[in-house]
Amino acid sequence: MDEILEVLEKDARTAPQEIARMLRKKPQGIKEAIKKYEKQGVILKYKAVINKELIRDAGSEVRALIEVNITPQKDLGFDKIAERIYSFPEVNSCYLISGTYDLLLIVEGKDLHTVARFVAEKLAPLENIRGTATHFLLKKYKEDGVILKHKEENKRIAISY
Amino acid sequence: MKNIISQKVQDMQPSGIRAFFDLVLGTKDVISLGVGEPDFVTPWQIREAGIYSLEQGFTGYTSNKGLYKLRLGISRYLKNRYNLEYSPDEEILITVGVSEGFDLVLRTIISPQDKVLIPSPGYVSYGPLVELAGGIPVYIDLKDDGFKLNPKCLGKYIDKKTKAIILNYPNNPTGISYTRKELTELKRVILKHNLLCISDEIYGDLTYDFEHTPFAALAGAKNNTLYLNGFSKSYAMTGWRVGFVCGPKEIIAAMTKIHQYTIMCVPITSQMAAAEALHSARPSVEEMKREYKRRREFVISRLNEMGLKCHRPEGAFYAFPSIKCSKMQALEFARSLLKEQKVAVVPGSAFGQQFGDYIRISYASSMDNLREALMRIDKFLKTK
Repeated sequence: MDEILEVLEKDARTAPQEIARMLRKKPQGIKEAIKKYEKQGVILKYKAVINKELIRDAGSEVRALIEVNITPQKDLGFDKIAERIYSFPEVNSCYLISGTYDLLLIVEGKDLHTVARFVAEKLAPLENIRGTATHFLLKKYKEDGVILKHKEENKRIAISY
Repeated sequence: MKNIISQKVQDMQPSGIRAFFDLVLGTKDVISLGVGEPDFVTPWQIREAGIYSLEQGFTGYTSNKGLYKLRLGISRYLKNRYNLEYSPDEEILITVGVSEGFDLVLRTIISPQDKVLIPSPGYVSYGPLVELAGGIPVYIDLKDDGFKLNPKCLGKYIDKKTKAIILNYPNNPTGISYTRKELTELKRVILKHNLLCISDEIYGDLTYDFEHTPFAALAGAKNNTLYLNGFSKSYAMTGWRVGFVCGPKEIIAAMTKIHQYTIMCVPITSQMAAAEALHSARPSVEEMKREYKRRREFVISRLNEMGLKCHRPEGAFYAFPSIKCSKMQALEFARSLLKEQKVAVVPGSAFGQQFGDYIRISYASSMDNLREALMRIDKFLKTK
């Protein structure tokens, strides 16, 4: 992986000028490379990782992992039906997986009821869907490589040889 | 009390900047660029191996030389990485960090009045340990040679009483290292005078611009070399205290005699964790190295911009800029910087009185800290 991407993946706010310093390159070149990555869709967006566990008030959401069993369509396989499913805004992530089930969804809603209704009214009735199993998330420990408990810091002494 | 303390210890020079260190430790909310250890925490799989070993009941002594599986792991690692062969049975000793390894080497080889060459600036403990072992430290001042030892100059320091030379590359505090070619030239002089080379390569894995070459890997050098390394810097394991010495079996056997009476063995938990480090943590080392390298570029380009000229460090995680432009002495510089901007650095004088025009800046600190600290140093310089 290009080191520019490694830097941005760690901290998306790192300015091109700073990346240029770190990699000993010209800022213009870094800017152009980033533009190219954005255009190619390698860099999709820049966002903050927020620990929602800590903001209780702001309409806390529930999340569910939903396993979906599908009958694939002739010539189209799973792609078409997957598209119908992941286009719903409630669907946060959608993966085709091996094993007992075909699709794994992460669905978000403002409460249990909303998610249940989405499954019952939108998802389950779709033709080609043979069955679903919904698992509500109870507690988040780690997400996308970030441990949500506390920031781990080296407890070093402030000065040493 | 004076009569109780041995003459040798009384003669040891107290560190001139202990008071400054205490001042740093007593100041709150300091951004420290004064730390000689990684800011990373030990990679999890290594910590987990330590915990697991405790759960399994590994709580006893190990053999004096260290766990066989750890020595075997080190032997294989050196063979794979540098084509350097050391027998795990007779030529490797596990020590409490490189520090113990160093002390053992010196106590093993030095007879009274033997001289040991120490390129300067260098790590603070070399000289005092030579003295404690009964030898005479001979410092080679590298200030005018870009902090690099050159073979011509080296020859001038050697006489009949010279027993050994200490190399440390990449170097603490300068970050300077040596290419294979440069080492080969030094080797010629060292072998010509049949000196022992005590090579402290604790920062070897953190070499950025070329491949690190162990001194022992140079043709014909192995019999005259003690190779010292450890897990502290490359695996972020400073607190575990695991190092090792590789060398000719007669010397290792003699060192083991002292080691078995003084230390017995390195704590087993640390040894188990270190074995796991070799087994599975190489990718973490490479990732940390890439991160250090980016910080290095950032730090040296900022320092040079502010007028704190520094040589390009080729390894470790230190920059050693000159502070001449501030017209201050290092200790005064460091004290004022701490007081006015709450940034800690190590005064160059800690590494020898002649380095009072320099400070050591450690970039083993997060990018956020480095950014902020360098901004404050810049501000500090502008008020001077």
